[in-house]
Amino acid sequence: MPEALLSLAGVNTHIGQYHILHGVDLNVPQSGLTMLLGRNGAGKTTALRTVMGLWRASAGSIRLGDNEIHQRATPDIARLGIAYVPENMGIFAGLTVRENLLLAAREHVMDEKRLAWIFELFPAMKKFWNGLAGNLSGGQKQMLAISRAVIERRKLMLIDEPTKGLAPAIITAMIEAFKELKRDSTLLVVEQNFHFARSLGDYVAVMDSGRIVYAGRMAELAADESLQQRLLGLSLDSHQ
Amino acid sequence: MSGGALPAARRDWLPVLLVPALALLALPFIPSLPTWVTLTVAGLAMGMMIFIMASGLTLVFGLMDVMNFAHGAFISIGAYAAVSVLIPMKAMMQADSLATNLTAIAPAILAAMAVGGLLGWFFERVLIRPVYGDHLKQILVTMGGLIVAEQAIHVVWGPDIIPVPRPVSVGGAFTFGDIAVEKYRVLAVVVGLGVFATMALVLNRTRLGLLIRAGVENPEMVESLGYRIRRLFIGVFVAGSALAGLGGAMWAMYQETVFAGMGMQLMVLIFIVIIIGGMGSVTGCFIGALLVGLVANYTGFIAPKLALGSNILLMVLVLLWRPRGLYAIGKS
Repeated sequence: MPEALLSLAGVNTHIGQYHILHGVDLNVPQSGLTMLLGRNGAGKTTALRTVMGLWRASAGSIRLGDNEIHQRATPDIARLGIAYVPENMGIFAGLTVRENLLLAAREHVMDEKRLAWIFELFPAMKKFWNGLAGNLSGGQKQMLAISRAVIERRKLMLIDEPTKGLAPAIITAMIEAFKELKRDSTLLVVEQNFHFARSLGDYVAVMDSGRIVYAGRMAELAADESLQQRLLGLSLDSHQ
Repeated sequence: MSGGALPAARRDWLPVLLVPALALLALPFIPSLPTWVTLTVAGLAMGMMIFIMASGLTLVFGLMDVMNFAHGAFISIGAYAAVSVLIPMKAMMQADSLATNLTAIAPAILAAMAVGGLLGWFFERVLIRPVYGDHLKQILVTMGGLIVAEQAIHVVWGPDIIPVPRPVSVGGAFTFGDIAVEKYRVLAVVVGLGVFATMALVLNRTRLGLLIRAGVENPEMVESLGYRIRRLFIGVFVAGSALAGLGGAMWAMYQETVFAGMGMQLMVLIFIVIIIGGMGSVTGCFIGALLVGLVANYTGFIAPKLALGSNILLMVLVLLWRPRGLYAIGKS
């Protein structure tokens, strides 16, 4: 496997009285797309939020390249080059599409070429440029959330369930967009849709009860039905 | 993907129309046009002053999710700070020259804003920061802060009501035939419009405003984009407290008295305005304040016995129509 861009070692996270992550060890290889799979409540979202510093790890180490980030504040982590798309997309409904993207451009100037690339990936962004983000459909909101994450080149993108609640036609469009995004940045994506995960993932990690129980290449997991059954309780083929 | 193009960011004008609609609705119940004009201007002036005091608090609630009852202390202490500057300059206030009057008013207003802002900074650091995210503790702690501030006023300025001199050049009234409009009320309307226009400009035309609007909706996401929202919080809190000080000073000159409990007394109206407007919305706060000012003045004239409850009734009616206020903020 290529060298890790993001490494979690022995990460524990508590939310109030609940112990959610129990020593997570995870390496996200430089370039490519790593899928983080697991049943509901396995700790996938908590893992992403812990990396972003939105929930503080109570123990362990989180490294982005050479930087130890687990004690840093969320804005500092973001400024190291991590973009985050939460499960609820986190778009600003009262702002226009343009304002949402402008906010994500750190120098308050959007690169024209980059913008043209985004419009090519998601034509709806151009169409609704001055429309309120709150008026967009669910799929368009997800496109906006992802556009906002890529408005400037980031080292790593953390995306939580990008296909949640989307129609099959939009998921197909998303798969094509993610193929493009993979060329631009390293991605760690939490996903429940196995078809989407298999279509895009280069690497995979599976979580269960707050721990990583499997990590390897997606192709290996996709080829091994008994492993899928054991780890996920389902066969990937049954979800196509 | 869906088909038709969405409209560009559309402004919801319906709440704005409520203000002229209310004024026109009151017209048949008032016996003469000059009285109606006087009441309308009085209502608008009162609304503008309440807006100045409430605008900071609505942003603080929207951005920081803080229930700050101590805002009343910033109003009272701001007013006392202004009075402390005005009283030694009483002679300049009595001079029949606008320039001389302004020489006294300007430092008084600046003192009110500076003291309000400083007190706000102190309260945020000492009282409110430890109780972020806990509304019950916020209410207890800020109510406690308000009571302590009131007692501190008694210690520093004494327990008596202090008369406040009103500058001569804004005393009296403009007369147009039978219609008389108090000059100070016109000044209040002008200052209120100025504050609203400045806030609207900052919120809608600057990067800072973009960050504030985004922060009101979803502070966590703003942090995830790399912005230190804590600094923004403190800046907005201090600015809101300074505006409370300005509003307090203007209210003191309007009432021509100042007393320790004035802030607490005004907080009821301020909370009604914020709830009517939609918590966190500056435009909603502006419309809500004008409605409250107008309703208080019209009912005070038409049915004085109803005046006390008229604003509560207004709030109930608005919330029946729009349960999250006139301009609801889509908080995430």
